[in-house]
Amino acid sequence: MKISKLSIVLLGVALVAPFVMYPVLLMKILCFALFASAFNLLLGFVGLLSFGHAIFLGTGGYVTGYLVMNSGLSPLLGILAGTAAAAALGAVYGKLSVKREGIYFAMVTLALAQLMFFVFLQAPFTGGENGLQGIPRGFLFGFIDLSDNLNMYYFVLAIFLFGFWVINRTIHSPFGQVLKAIRENEPRATSLGYNVNDYKWAAFVISAALSGLAGSTKTLVFQLASLTDVHWHMSGEVVLMTLVGGMGTIFGPLVGAAAIVGLQNFLSGGELGNYVHIIMGLIFIVCVLAFRSGIVGEIQKIVKRNFS
Amino acid sequence: MSADYVLETQNLIKEFKGFTAVDDVSLKIQRGHIHALIGPNGAGKTTVFNLLTKFLTPTSGRILYNGHDITSLQSAAIARKGVVRSFQISAVFPHLSVLENVRIALQRKEGNSFHFWKSEKVLDKLNDRAVELLESVGLGNFAGAKTVDLSYGHKRALEIATTLALEPELMLLDEPTQGMGHEDVDVVADLIKKVSKDRTILMVEHNLHVVSKLADQITVLQRGAILTEGDYETVSADPRVQEAYLGVAVEENGA
Ligand SMILES: Nc1ncnc2c1ncn2[C@@H]1O[C@H](COP(=O)(O)OP(=O)(O)O)[C@@H](O)[C@H]1O
Ligand SMILES: [Mg+2]
Repeated sequence: MKISKLSIVLLGVALVAPFVMYPVLLMKILCFALFASAFNLLLGFVGLLSFGHAIFLGTGGYVTGYLVMNSGLSPLLGILAGTAAAAALGAVYGKLSVKREGIYFAMVTLALAQLMFFVFLQAPFTGGENGLQGIPRGFLFGFIDLSDNLNMYYFVLAIFLFGFWVINRTIHSPFGQVLKAIRENEPRATSLGYNVNDYKWAAFVISAALSGLAGSTKTLVFQLASLTDVHWHMSGEVVLMTLVGGMGTIFGPLVGAAAIVGLQNFLSGGELGNYVHIIMGLIFIVCVLAFRSGIVGEIQKIVKRNFS
Repeated sequence: MSADYVLETQNLIKEFKGFTAVDDVSLKIQRGHIHALIGPNGAGKTTVFNLLTKFLTPTSGRILYNGHDITSLQSAAIARKGVVRSFQISAVFPHLSVLENVRIALQRKEGNSFHFWKSEKVLDKLNDRAVELLESVGLGNFAGAKTVDLSYGHKRALEIATTLALEPELMLLDEPTQGMGHEDVDVVADLIKKVSKDRTILMVEHNLHVVSKLADQITVLQRGAILTEGDYETVSADPRVQEAYLGVAVEENGA
């Protein structure tokens, strides 16, 4: 009950936010919040640390960008195609990785992502180092002009809400129950008759698809698809967002994404711009050492201690 | 016709890097029996369980379940056929509620375990059956508790309730009373007796008092091989068993 009241307040804030803050920054936060939530589905609810998740974000972006630009696909179809491409890549990569445990899983996902990184670097249709630029946002349903930032914002918000709903539903579904059981005690889940790798794979595909959805949407927001989105730095950033916000919590990735994107935005404008990476690194260390459960996790602990 | 066997192993062998942990073990588990597997630490009892449930792959030998060869099946498939194991360290889902622990087992047969688009509320219809199972092991009052907060004895009872939810034909229990105080040992022993009514149980057990009370048939393992088999009187009278097993047990208790 508490959560749903909080959701309504947050939704209210999200609806008026573009009148107070720069819409493009808000859209960036929403895209990363969705990406981090998708990543958290694996890390927080299945216990799988993927270290190559940027590849799904970036694949969604490239596919959407290319098709919208060159095949004249509508923004909605473009996003659907990007999401489907990320899901398909996730289906293959998931098959190859979910059998591995712990650090080996992280290494396999990183290696597979690097493989695809070089494909995007070399392939003729991705624009190499320059990426795809000037991707048109187009018209939603043929008549809503998305080049207007406010229109675009509400479109992005709708996509975010859809993705976030899917993740929440997944967590609180019969399937989600099995995922939690696997996270808690994998051999026991097996001994109860569950083929755990099949469940991990399905979660991997859902996570990849929603990461792709985030990337596709982001590409339309910035009208750009570039190597930044498939680089391993980006894979690290989503780990950071999730840990800072609180892994395994519903709202943690949103808070983490807002904190990191907001901070980067703040730093890049000022004199500290050159030290962004160092500051991010320090935050990472502090989080791992002192705030294991992240911002939302720590707040939940305080609430529990004082009100129950 | 000879006796009816639920499970049979034929010349089961497991080698780890030149060391033979299970050495030519041919077991026959009679239907309806409580069959105890005993032997000193390191004799290979847990390894036998791991082979039977395919958590380890045998180096050679065959496993027959109701006459069918299940040697090549995978763990989860063996469980779905009705052979369900517990683990030497208690196997629960610590951060799920006690009720959810049992429900996870009941859920499998519902066929909705991949349905990520449905609300978990569809599982509520299993609650009555889950509570029934919890009551049968004396945990009726703990349904809403978080599993980590349970005592060790209660966790083991929960494990049995979860296993029972699958209605297994053959239950494999690995040291169900290990690390328990006297009272808990008796409670769990009575519980095992109670749940053995319509099924077969193979259990590893160190506590000879429990073995004498429960077991219809005993197999003694030593250094991976079967030393002897029989009922409690036969086995406990065997001088080799007294030397190999009881000697060690006495030492252990003294330590
Ligand atoms: N995965 C493994 N790799 C190597 N050796 C193992 C493995 N599992 C068990 N062993 C060895 O096999 C022997 C039998 O172990 P185990 O079956 O656990 O004995 P018990 O359950 O009878 O105490 C021990 O010497 C143990 O060290
Ligand atoms: Mg053992």
